[in-house]
Amino acid sequence: MSHSASFALLANGTSLPWSEVPQTAIADFVRATAGELDRGGRLCSWFGVPEGNGVRLVAVIAFDADNTLAVGRSLPVSGGYKALTATHAQAHLFEREVWEQHGLVLEGHPWLKPVRKNNATVNAPAVGEFFRVDGREIHEVAVGPVHAGIIEPGHFRFQCAGEEVLHLEIALGYQHRGMEDALPGGPHRATMSQMETVSGDATIGHATAYATVLETLAGTEAPLRAQWLRAIALELERLANHTGDLGALANDVAFLPTSSACGKIRGDFLNLSALVCGNRFGRGLVRPGGCRQDLEPERLAQLSARLSTALADVEQAANWFWDSASVRTRFENVGTVYANQAGEVGLVGPAARACGLVRDVRFDHPTGWHRFAQLPVAVWPGGDVFARARVRWLEIQRSGQFLKEQLASPPDGGIRDELAPSAPETLAVALVEGWRGEICHVALTNESGRFRRYKITDPSFHNWTGLALALRGTAISDFPICNKSFNLSYCGVDL
Amino acid sequence: MFVIDSITHRLKRGCETMAYPKGPAPALPDRHGGALRVDATKCADGCRECVPVCPTEAIARVSGRPVALDLGRCIFCAACVEACPSSAITQTNDHRMAVRLRDDLILGDPAREEVRLAAALDEKLRKLFGRSLRLRQVSAGGCAACEADTNVLGTIGWDLSRFGIQFVASPRHADGLLITGPVTKNMELALKKTWDAMPEPKIVIAVGACAIAGGPFVGHSQVNNGAASVVPVDLYIPGCPPHPLTILDGLLRLLGRLEERKVGS
Repeated sequence: MSHSASFALLANGTSLPWSEVPQTAIADFVRATAGELDRGGRLCSWFGVPEGNGVRLVAVIAFDADNTLAVGRSLPVSGGYKALTATHAQAHLFEREVWEQHGLVLEGHPWLKPVRKNNATVNAPAVGEFFRVDGREIHEVAVGPVHAGIIEPGHFRFQCAGEEVLHLEIALGYQHRGMEDALPGGPHRATMSQMETVSGDATIGHATAYATVLETLAGTEAPLRAQWLRAIALELERLANHTGDLGALANDVAFLPTSSACGKIRGDFLNLSALVCGNRFGRGLVRPGGCRQDLEPERLAQLSARLSTALADVEQAANWFWDSASVRTRFENVGTVYANQAGEVGLVGPAARACGLVRDVRFDHPTGWHRFAQLPVAVWPGGDVFARARVRWLEIQRSGQFLKEQLASPPDGGIRDELAPSAPETLAVALVEGWRGEICHVALTNESGRFRRYKITDPSFHNWTGLALALRGTAISDFPICNKSFNLSYCGVDL
Repeated sequence: MFVIDSITHRLKRGCETMAYPKGPAPALPDRHGGALRVDATKCADGCRECVPVCPTEAIARVSGRPVALDLGRCIFCAACVEACPSSAITQTNDHRMAVRLRDDLILGDPAREEVRLAAALDEKLRKLFGRSLRLRQVSAGGCAACEADTNVLGTIGWDLSRFGIQFVASPRHADGLLITGPVTKNMELALKKTWDAMPEPKIVIAVGACAIAGGPFVGHSQVNNGAASVVPVDLYIPGCPPHPLTILDGLLRLLGRLEERKVGS
């Protein structure tokens, strides 16, 4: 594989001295990044690192088929640069963020507006202007930030012609808790807990990414048994959330048997996480250097038995659902995202796999326990609500199978090592396939090994655009099932 | 076949709603630990081992005073329990921890080793809400965990509506607000508007460490350190997130539907 001299290659879960990350003038850097994306690269992260009076841009690109990542940086920029978004849509939210965080002017960015900044005069997000479709037949529908159900806040603005949605714009930022601002100079006392709540239903995913970053900065890895435990906890998290999503989808098409059953079975999976560590969301389990709780033989036996019951229950609930023609009809050809669109906007996780794209960090960029135990990538073509539901069901089955195999052959050894201090002036990257898709954490340390910059990219950061595209040409009454079929995180984006 | 199969499965499963509160409460997971208890008389002079290990700075020890643990800020990681050399901080395995007053979550003073559990609403409000309480939920920076474990109360296992408690879509239909998250600056306006839109009389329930005191984000300039800084709070339910049983206990306690029962053995 040839690659541009503007980038250094590295594997997931490894680090590189900051001085060895190639640097290029910004115009060349944007051009080189565009070139890498054109030949199949995928933008995992794009962010600024303040330096002197300027800002360096950093790109992390994934080459999934080659199982490798590439990182590069620009020379310090001040003023602005010609936006990558102008030619590559997958950069659009990253560049809005760069504009908001560093004040760089992005020439040619088609839709520059805030991501999560506060409007201090009213204490609401500074969301900016919405795209409007003009015409006498057009009406606008505004939903949120407070929604009808028990969910996180966000604002949806629909441009409709009758029932048909011509355009949906999604404005977030309501959940902004200042996560990234708090990290320079860290890790601090609260950092681990904050990482566990980046997106609270993906606690294990984000905690594992963070722990992996600190371990690679310390030049070590967690004990094998801890890696095994993390892999188990990650699949339990996936099972709980995918089961919940199937139930929520069933509820939205008024298919109550599956809705009721999945609501309960989801809890059964959460209780398995609680069996492992005491917390239904897996909090307190993953720590830099390993895990805090072990699965002793009796606990492991109990976990296996309860897992089998829950898997049998979810199979029955899912079969009701798939056997029902009325459910299938409501899901098919609704909220379609085409494969070329998915590639263009950089979708990840089940949303991408439901467009037939083979993208799964566990398979493409294995780190930790996934180097020894692989899961097949569950894809389904079509890109509609049906495909997204179907991928979840396939993944429930594969995760169940994986857990059964892994629980049958636990590795020996300890679960936690003392961690050495982080290497100074080093860049570390960790990707984890959370249940929503690729979680990307990038840390850059200063001369004393503390964080100089820490960038978190939740899968939802890539995927909200997918939901907006899914609504184009769809009836507005189908918004709930489209939304559930993605089930994205608000706080994961707002940080 | 499909219809017959569905009915057969349904009959086979029977009623899946738990017996609680008529029957015993389901056990917390053994590693959960439940509420904490602080027996400050066991603290060695000048010992501060627990103070620096707390991620949310929920523990303080001012010289000459007993150690003070704020269960409202606590995320129940049990780091203090592990760090304490004299077993002054212990886990009770008790799921009950909802209180009416913020101060009732501060543990450590003599006779204040444990939380002072919530009293019911006054007679007038109990008459209004005791058998029918409609809540509007607002997530204001919540991470989706408190939201999920509130939502779970609506599933068949818990069946919250058997107590007359329901979550409604509009603040106009609500008797109370259930708030999660530290109340981000970006949600402050929306939360105030929701509160203003509710008819009187109305109550507020803060669920989780974030909504009580800012949780892991306490002190960030982007958040308000909890719901009480924006609206008056009538019930605090600690946890990160609180176990569904803890939330249910809090709701029933507030409505005076648990008072006469002594739980735990």
